[in-house]
Amino acid sequence: MLKIQGLRATVSDKEILKGIDLTVNAGEVHAVMGPNGSGKSTLAQVLAGHPAYTVTGGSVEFDGEDLLEMDPEVRAQKGVFLAFQYPVEIPGVSNAYFLRTAYNEIRKARGEEEVDPMDFLDIMEQKLKMVEMNDVMLNRSVNTGFSGGEKKRNEILQMAVLEPKLAILDETDSGLDIDALRVVANGVNALRRPDRSTIVVTHYQRLLNYIVPDFVHVLANGRIVKSGGKELALELEAKGYDWVTGPQGAAA
Amino acid sequence: MTTTAFLDDVRAATERDGEPRWLRDLRARGAERFAAVGFPTTRDEDWKYTSAAPIAELDVRAISEPGGEVTRASIAPYTFGQDGWTTLVFVNGRYDGELSTAGLASAGVRVMPLEQAREEMDDVLRDALGSICDVEQNAFIALNTALFADGAVIHLGKDAVATAPIHLLFIADAAAAKGASHPRVLIVAERNSKATVLESYVATGEAVYFTNAVTEVSLADGASVTHLKIQRESPRAYHVGTIDARQGRDSHFVSFSFATGAALSRTNVWTILGGEGCGATLNGLYMADGTQHVDHQTRIEHQKENCYSREVYRGVLDDTAHGVFNGKVYVHPEAQKTDGKQENHTLLLSPRAVIDTKPQLEIFADDVKCTHGATVGRIDNTSLFYMKSRGVSALRARQLLTYAFAADVLEQIELEPVRASLEELTLARFTGANAAA
Ligand SMILES: Nc1ncnc2c1ncn2[C@@H]1O[C@H](COP(=O)(O)OP(=O)(O)O)[C@@H](O)[C@H]1O
Ligand SMILES: [Mg+2]
Repeated sequence: MLKIQGLRATVSDKEILKGIDLTVNAGEVHAVMGPNGSGKSTLAQVLAGHPAYTVTGGSVEFDGEDLLEMDPEVRAQKGVFLAFQYPVEIPGVSNAYFLRTAYNEIRKARGEEEVDPMDFLDIMEQKLKMVEMNDVMLNRSVNTGFSGGEKKRNEILQMAVLEPKLAILDETDSGLDIDALRVVANGVNALRRPDRSTIVVTHYQRLLNYIVPDFVHVLANGRIVKSGGKELALELEAKGYDWVTGPQGAAA
Repeated sequence: MTTTAFLDDVRAATERDGEPRWLRDLRARGAERFAAVGFPTTRDEDWKYTSAAPIAELDVRAISEPGGEVTRASIAPYTFGQDGWTTLVFVNGRYDGELSTAGLASAGVRVMPLEQAREEMDDVLRDALGSICDVEQNAFIALNTALFADGAVIHLGKDAVATAPIHLLFIADAAAAKGASHPRVLIVAERNSKATVLESYVATGEAVYFTNAVTEVSLADGASVTHLKIQRESPRAYHVGTIDARQGRDSHFVSFSFATGAALSRTNVWTILGGEGCGATLNGLYMADGTQHVDHQTRIEHQKENCYSREVYRGVLDDTAHGVFNGKVYVHPEAQKTDGKQENHTLLLSPRAVIDTKPQLEIFADDVKCTHGATVGRIDNTSLFYMKSRGVSALRARQLLTYAFAADVLEQIELEPVRASLEELTLARFTGANAAA
């Protein structure tokens, strides 16, 4: 589904990703772990097509197509979804309207019929339940004045509604209490299907108790320095990142 | 400058008789003033960014017969679906009794066209007309005073509360072409009275015409008046409008100016907080594209202690549109504990759109809290990317963000049907859709 080869990227002329290789097959869950500043968010944003990052080398294939060639909205329409580490506030655009617009734009791009507001509300009802969110949140402006936890739940709500093929979760777990964490995990697990994949970016092992990964990768200093099965996460938790990156890796 | 057409009108008007002495004197003062000063030039500080030359050069004459083919159906889109409101309709500047609706009556509230008020409220008129808005302070007010033929008078007796909004709807159609109208509105709110007044200027066609309106608002102690102005003139029209308020102790004046129409428009919103403990809220939204020019001048004069003023104006300018915002706040030496806030935010959608924004605070008291902020920006890239990352096309994302920017200030409108209608209008403007956000 996703094939990243030798990916290099810079931001403000500083090289952050220094040759990433990562293959994610359909149905798999991959965890990307690593110390702060190692480039996890950069990788996630590059995959989503953030214009601030410049790809300087390598390639990314998504379902056999060149992902890097696509505009961000096309990536989303093809099934890529990024749950932001820092979700963006959009005052004045209601959550419901935003979601319906996104939902219909994606349908339109796929040659499907748009859904009218009433039918969309039915879809929403069910998804709201899944993320245990109150429907008053639908009428509030996107993320505006939301608490940290509410923002993260809102990302999961969007993901649940848009049903991506490839979901990338960038530290969706950070700052969440155990209840919220469970909600996020339920949302992700409910979406799991043999034809869908997930990349879970996280700093801690905690979330991986709920979303069990098939593979775990350690990113340090812009490179994947170690890969393994789910037990690698536990080992990292016990031994710290220095164990794989060396002390200089953590400082980068 | 060719002001000949206007001078001809003034000459014709001064020969008109059948009006009481006081009114003829008032008109004469306006006429003399206009003849003496003519239209302002850009050397005039208040007209530095807006040239009145296109108006001075207009070949328009005062409209005496309404003409036109305005029907109930043609005004329906502008009445907010409200049958219960008192609605006075003016077609091409002239009052149309057939199209007007009395609405729900409220005790102590009198609403009538100017002509009728001359018969029935001569005392109110004589006391107030021209006493709030200085006839001689500028050419447009002078011209309006010399020439006004129609308009409305709203009198709120002591403690009277208008239960339904009062709507003055000025509609222009093709018959307005080459015409000028000078509507005059007088709102007198006695002690502790309360009303919401809408003044709409709309058009069904694209005629070239000139509207030069003056609205005087007198708020006695404890009175509360909300004034909503909706300027949606023909895209080729010229519009100058002044709203001038005088506030007594503990009174509240709330104004909203919505402007999307006219080739060139200038709206003045002025108020004097002339008693202790009063407040003024002046908000507005202007949206222009093509070669439109839209100018707002606000002036808040704090004369007494413990008053507040709040002001938020937002603008969205596209193509080569030119916006002007000038917010004056003047705090007299005795106006201690004044609490004033002013904001002007403009979104430029095109590199060739221009805004001249100028806050102007003149503070002569030492114990005051006055702030102002002006921003001029473009669509936020972070928000844009976030929306795109959800599959929303760049175009649609821009539209939604633009709508959101504009709609922010519409939230200040308390009157729900008007707020909803303006939101829908704004949404349609930027998205071509009419679904409610
Ligand atoms: N927009 C940016 N401008 C400048 N530096 C950036 C930007 N984004 C990330 N960086 C830098 O890139 C490095 C990696 O950041 P990031 O990808 O956010 O790491 P992580 O998500 O692993 O904590 C950090 O040193 C960070 O300061
Ligand atoms: Mg990060």
